[in-house]
Parts: sequence; structure tokens; C-alpha cells
Amino acid sequence: MNFLEQYNYWIVIVLMMSGFYIVIAHGNLIKKLIGLSIFQTSVFIMYISMSKVIGGTAPILNEAYEVYSNPLPHVLILTAIVVGVATTALGLALAVRIKEAYGSVEEDVIQEKDLQQEGSQE
Amino acid sequence: MLMGVYSLLSASFFVLMDAVDVAFTEAAVGAGISTILMLTVLAMAGRFENRALHHPRIALFVVIGTGIMLVYGTFDMPAFGDANAPVQTHVAPHYIQQSADEIDIPNIVTSVLASYRGFDTFGEVVVVFAAVIGVLALLEMKSGEASNELAPAPMYQHKILRIVGKILIPPIMLFALYVQFHGEYGPGGGFQAGVIFSAAIILHAILFGVEKTQKAISLPIVKILAALGVLIYGSVGIVAMLNGGNFLDYNALAENDITGQHVGIIVIELGVGITVATAMMVIFLTFARRVGKANGETA
Repeated sequence: MNFLEQYNYWIVIVLMMSGFYIVIAHGNLIKKLIGLSIFQTSVFIMYISMSKVIGGTAPILNEAYEVYSNPLPHVLILTAIVVGVATTALGLALAVRIKEAYGSVEEDVIQEKDLQQEGSQE
Repeated sequence: MLMGVYSLLSASFFVLMDAVDVAFTEAAVGAGISTILMLTVLAMAGRFENRALHHPRIALFVVIGTGIMLVYGTFDMPAFGDANAPVQTHVAPHYIQQSADEIDIPNIVTSVLASYRGFDTFGEVVVVFAAVIGVLALLEMKSGEASNELAPAPMYQHKILRIVGKILIPPIMLFALYVQFHGEYGPGGGFQAGVIFSAAIILHAILFGVEKTQKAISLPIVKILAALGVLIYGSVGIVAMLNGGNFLDYNALAENDITGQHVGIIVIELGVGITVATAMMVIFLTFARRVGKANGETA
């Protein structure tokens, strides 16, 4: 078995882990969303690379070709990209509201303010 | 900005991996719309973050650990481009071999999207629509609040940009319509056309200011159109049911199965295109108005 045959998955893993790192290490909510979208892209790349057949062509029927790549992952990812941007927009909208309410999008600042508020209510 | 470059890069290797439809979408969404959305929000929330990271060491450790486990997992995966991989042997051969007889349109991606998996796509369109409702619920202002005095467009001083933009916007819209109606024969379809069309409107809003764009397209009508797209899609399904088929069973739409499929696909692609285009416009314009208001208050 060739050791380097799965290199597409490794690229995906590198991207996915960079996105994951941004999500867990940064306190800034917008940075977290950017990390999440990098993570998302890595999943897209994984699906698309799975659908590739060596020697195949784009799945548009033509008499000149015999081998096509798998159209199903293309469909799934195509819709996922558009849904992805819509949900990212929803996340950003939440971040904007948090910014307006707390004056910051930093996780620890928000938590501090929450704690203060709880203290003052008691 | 890097986000845009990154998306354009990933779009180009989607082309290399034969996924032209996906590349199309990624180029328009990733390099255009989502980058602009991120920049809009960054303009509002401030671009500098608190430098102190939360436990960077632990995070790095977790990430590397997960990465190693995932790499270990890939050793059982089929090789890149292997034609006998499990993915290629499930339903894909049916789509590739039978879709010419059953649906009779060259672009398999479109026939799978709109016909074989039509119900799934309906769900996706509803999700996009729901996201629009969410954004509106979170960020929409009462009509009185938004009447900020005519602020000059941010790009007003760039004459070259404005003129080039003016030249470019109509062809972009035409191209979007071409992509919409040519989706059965080449790469394209409702999703791609929708994002390209809304990219033209967003370009207009960036260059000439949100106020002027709102004069050109009325936001209330756009909102109604977003709902109308979902309605068109759903009603195709209902009509199919009334004709005695299942929900979204296009064969019931016309006497001839193939004609029914064609009619169904064209109509639902139109619904998808309308919803996606208007959804992106509504999302961007809502963000832009909100940000404009916030900047007006702080200034």
C-alpha cells in the first residue's frame, strides 16, 4: 500500500485542526466564527476529494467521456456552502447584538460583566 | 482579505477535482459574500482582539492530539481518486448511468440536486430562509430608527471604482441569469445564480451606499420575494401531489415523464434562485444598515 495515497485527507486534517485551534484558543467571538468557517471548508474539501475519480471528468454528460466524478458529494457540498454562509451570517448577527449589549465580543469580558450583574442583583 | 484569497484558492482546486458546480458556488460565496460580511462585522466590532489567548498550550495539545488520531484513521481510507472506493459504488453509478434516460439533462449535478434529492434541497432552501428570518429578528430596526441622514457612501471618493462598478454590475446580473437558465446544460443552477445576482447588488451597495441601493430595490419587496421562492418550491411539490404523485414527484407534473422532470427542475431552480438571491441581499443590507447606525452613534 502506498503510504502517500491518502494525502488529500491529511490536507483536510491540517485545515480542520487549524480551524479547530482558532475556535478553542481565541476568545474573540468573530475570530471563533472565522475558525468555524475554515473548519467548514475543510469538510467541503474532504467531500469533494472523495468524489474525485482519477481519469474522470466533471459530471456533465457528454459522449466524449466515459468516466465521471461522483456527482452526489458535489450536490451535498454545493448546498452546504450556501447554507453555511447563511448560518455564518446568523452567528455574526448574534455577535453584533452581543457587541451592542456588552460593548465587546471578547469571551472573558462578557463573562465578567455577567458575573458583576449577578452580584449586583443579589 | 486573506479569507477571500483562501476561498478563491479552494474554488480553484474544486475545479481541479472536477467539481465545477461547487467551485462556482464557492467562488461567489466564499470570495465575495462571506468575506464582505466578515469585513462588515469587523468594521463594527473592532478589528483588534484581546491578545491574551485562552490556554494556548492546552488548545495546541488537544488540536495536535486530535490531528494525530485523525491521521491514524485515514490509513483505512481508500486512496485518493480510487474508482472502487465505497463512495463511488453506492448510488453514484445509478445517477451517472440512468439520469440520461430518466431526466434527460446533461448536468448530473443539477438532476441529482433538483430531482433525485429534491426533498433534501427543499430543506436546504428552508434553512437559508430561516437564517434570514433569524438575522432579521436579531438585527432589524424599526423603520423610524433607520432614517439616518444621507451619509456619503464609503467609496464615494473613488471615481475609478465607481465607474468600473457601473460597467460591471449589469453584466454580472446578466451572467447570473445565464447561470440560472443554463444550469441544466453546464455548471450552474439556482444556488449559483442566486449568489452571483446578489453579489451584483452587494457591489452596488458597497460602491454607492446602502441608501441608494435601497432606492433601487425595495427591501420589503425583496423580503416577500424570499418567501415567494420557498413557496414556489413547495407548491411544485403540492401540485405533484394533487396530480396523484408523491411530494416533489415531477413525473406527475406532465403527461410525459421527461417533460414533467424538465418542468419541475426549471421551476424549482427558479424558486431556489429567487430565495438565495434575495436572502443574501436581505442579510447584507440588514448588516450594513445596522453597522451604519452604530457608527453614526459613536461618531
